Amino acid sequence: MTSMLPSALTAEQFASYQPQAKQLAIANIDLLRQLPLLLTALLLKEVKAYDWKFPAEREEVDAQFVFLRSLTRNQLQQAMEAFARIELPAAMADLDWVNLPEAFSQYLSATLWATNQVDSFRAASVQYVGQYRAAIPVKPPPVKRLTIVVVGQGVTGTSPQLFRKLRPHGAYYTEVAPKGGMKFLLEAVSARAQATPVPSAHWYVDGGRAAIPADAALTCVSYDSLSALRLAVLKKMRTLGQVSKGPEGLQHLMLALQPEQFGLHGTSGDAVLDRFLLSIFTEGSGTQFYSTTFVQWSAHELLRRAQPLTALVRFAPRQVQRSLDEMLVDGGETLPKDPEGSLVDADMGAYYIWLNQRRLVDSDKASFLVWFEDHNQALIISPRIIAGTISREPVPLDRMLASIA
Amino acid sequence: MAHPQPGNPDRGTALSSSRRDFLRWAAGSCIYSKLNLLTPPGQTLSLSRRKAVVVTFGGGARDDETFDAAGQENIPNLVRSLIPQATFFTHVMNRGILGHYVATASLATGVYEKFDNFAAVPPENPTIFEYFRKDLDRPATDAWVVAPSNGFNRIGESGNRLYGAGSGAGVILPKQLLSQVVAGKGATDYEHLLRDNYETPFYSPQVTGNEMALQTLSETLRLSVSDFAQHARHLNSADELSVYVAQRLMRQYSPSLLWITLHDIDVAHTGSFSLYVDAIRRSDRLCSEIWSEIQSNPEYAGKTTMFIAPDFGRDGDDTVGGNGFQHHRTGDAVSRTTWMMVLGPGIRQNTVVERPVETIDLVPTLGAMCGFSPRLSRGRPLLEVL
Repeated sequence: MTSMLPSALTAEQFASYQPQAKQLAIANIDLLRQLPLLLTALLLKEVKAYDWKFPAEREEVDAQFVFLRSLTRNQLQQAMEAFARIELPAAMADLDWVNLPEAFSQYLSATLWATNQVDSFRAASVQYVGQYRAAIPVKPPPVKRLTIVVVGQGVTGTSPQLFRKLRPHGAYYTEVAPKGGMKFLLEAVSARAQATPVPSAHWYVDGGRAAIPADAALTCVSYDSLSALRLAVLKKMRTLGQVSKGPEGLQHLMLALQPEQFGLHGTSGDAVLDRFLLSIFTEGSGTQFYSTTFVQWSAHELLRRAQPLTALVRFAPRQVQRSLDEMLVDGGETLPKDPEGSLVDADMGAYYIWLNQRRLVDSDKASFLVWFEDHNQALIISPRIIAGTISREPVPLDRMLASIA
Repeated sequence: MAHPQPGNPDRGTALSSSRRDFLRWAAGSCIYSKLNLLTPPGQTLSLSRRKAVVVTFGGGARDDETFDAAGQENIPNLVRSLIPQATFFTHVMNRGILGHYVATASLATGVYEKFDNFAAVPPENPTIFEYFRKDLDRPATDAWVVAPSNGFNRIGESGNRLYGAGSGAGVILPKQLLSQVVAGKGATDYEHLLRDNYETPFYSPQVTGNEMALQTLSETLRLSVSDFAQHARHLNSADELSVYVAQRLMRQYSPSLLWITLHDIDVAHTGSFSLYVDAIRRSDRLCSEIWSEIQSNPEYAGKTTMFIAPDFGRDGDDTVGGNGFQHHRTGDAVSRTTWMMVLGPGIRQNTVVERPVETIDLVPTLGAMCGFSPRLSRGRPLLEVL
């Protein structure tokens, strides 16, 4: 592609975009022409993926365009000042940033690091997000959010140091009655999904085999059910790693992979979910080897992207540490498990999941529960409870959940 | 697009204060002030007798898992044994690219290098090994690097035309040597020592440079290939293999400048917190073993300064756009702020330095300490240990 700046954008250049993405780009082409190259390319990265985004993500993209269109020319110039100050090599205009904005984004990241402009970019991004979010606030959720994390499957002993990072923020229970706990939690999230049937709003992620099948209201994702996809991605990574020009080249090739290459079309019947699942393995680090990482990263991504009303996230034992070669043979499925190490992973994972939930709108009204599966320890965080407390009274799990949900 | 937050400079100061408070509590350390300059440290050494061992962690460890209250259990040797003997810099900033090879190269040149972290290229600026050997007229056997195999093979000497080829350090890549030993023989017994680059698991740059080939292993380390393989079988990790090789080097050549880069901690990139913490505990133990080797080896005891310095940190839990301990991609204050420990004769013990310093200050400090001139380094000597 010859060198091009946003001012030269034409509608024909969006020919390869998906239908809704093309419509959005063309509807905003006059605006895109006025933005600095950096922001135009990054916005087009979001636009290009528009057809495969969750509803909450689409609202985010829409909000940016509504905000930017509401500005006068002078206001727009002011809003773009911080981005415009970032110096880019002229060669970046030679990249095909219309059709390959993901590649532009990768190159931008490397350039920002090499030219010591990472902090400036971060500051510009924060300022920009703050501006459009102040102008177009996120709509509050129809019901209060609830996230449930289950850790420690397969661990027989106790773990007195569990939930150390979460305890200052919640109420810690040491005498929870565990019997029937998992069944009760599954029924509770299913009931929430039925009661508020919003698309992509209720999720169940399992690091082993899912305890219930997916239904129309509850999106169900499990490490076991994705085994074939995971193994296929691993093999593809190895093949591409041998032909790519460095890690960035490999990442670029991985980002270009399509669900159809892995037989995903029609499997879930949902193109958005297919792409999401593929991205967990192609963009995540360690998700291909360790179920604990798969669960944590899946929860991270679904909270960030789908912004669910309900999430039940259950960790399962990961395999022991082995070489990549060994894990590649059968995806590590025949390797021994490490339940104790997995509990440590999951404990930290639970903390990160709570942090991710806290970043969502109305998170101050949301509730969070983490339970040591088949054991007596649990912790809840909710506006209704007093943080930093410990309860040593016997309590059934359903009563705990009822107190916050 | 990601919506990251800017690095908060106050966070670096807070981290520094946290480390200081912990050290005062743990070891009764005193805070270094300008008045200390009037108080010379106990023992001084002639420049020609000095030796230096530098240990870096290529895979930074955060305060949360080390010097914070909950993390101290992971570093018992640093806390109880080494810190009471050390001058400890609590606020060390890395303002460069946060990739392990390029950051370690920056540590070794005293300049923030800007090359592609994953490329098999030499640093642009002269390395400490080249300054050391040229200025002090030292032989090749007097400066060595022991490093993980991924990319570090070019760290021994720079592409600078005034120095470069043949004027730097010998580089030993133990993992690569072991790979050659077990090639075609089934590596089952050794797979735990050959674990891959966790950041780019399926990409390895072609190894070229002055790294040691297998055939020279025996004569250099006076160690047969079979003995090397046999010993490796009983080790638990790639870093243990590196320290074993470093110990052999110390006993064989007593190099005056030895640089050891540990890398097990970078398993954090797989997202497994337990494996990351295990690696921190192992690094803590290995640092103690290296110090013990220095104290017990007559060629080193009483004349060796040891520097321990992570190349940088890892992302903070609260930083938007990151995933906490797993990576170091955001450039936030937690990932840019680390610490440095200096031990040895003439170094004030149990002393904490709070002022902000930089990772690139290491090279000029070693230059002033050992009597060579790192003329192209951009760092500043750390007067507190001179």
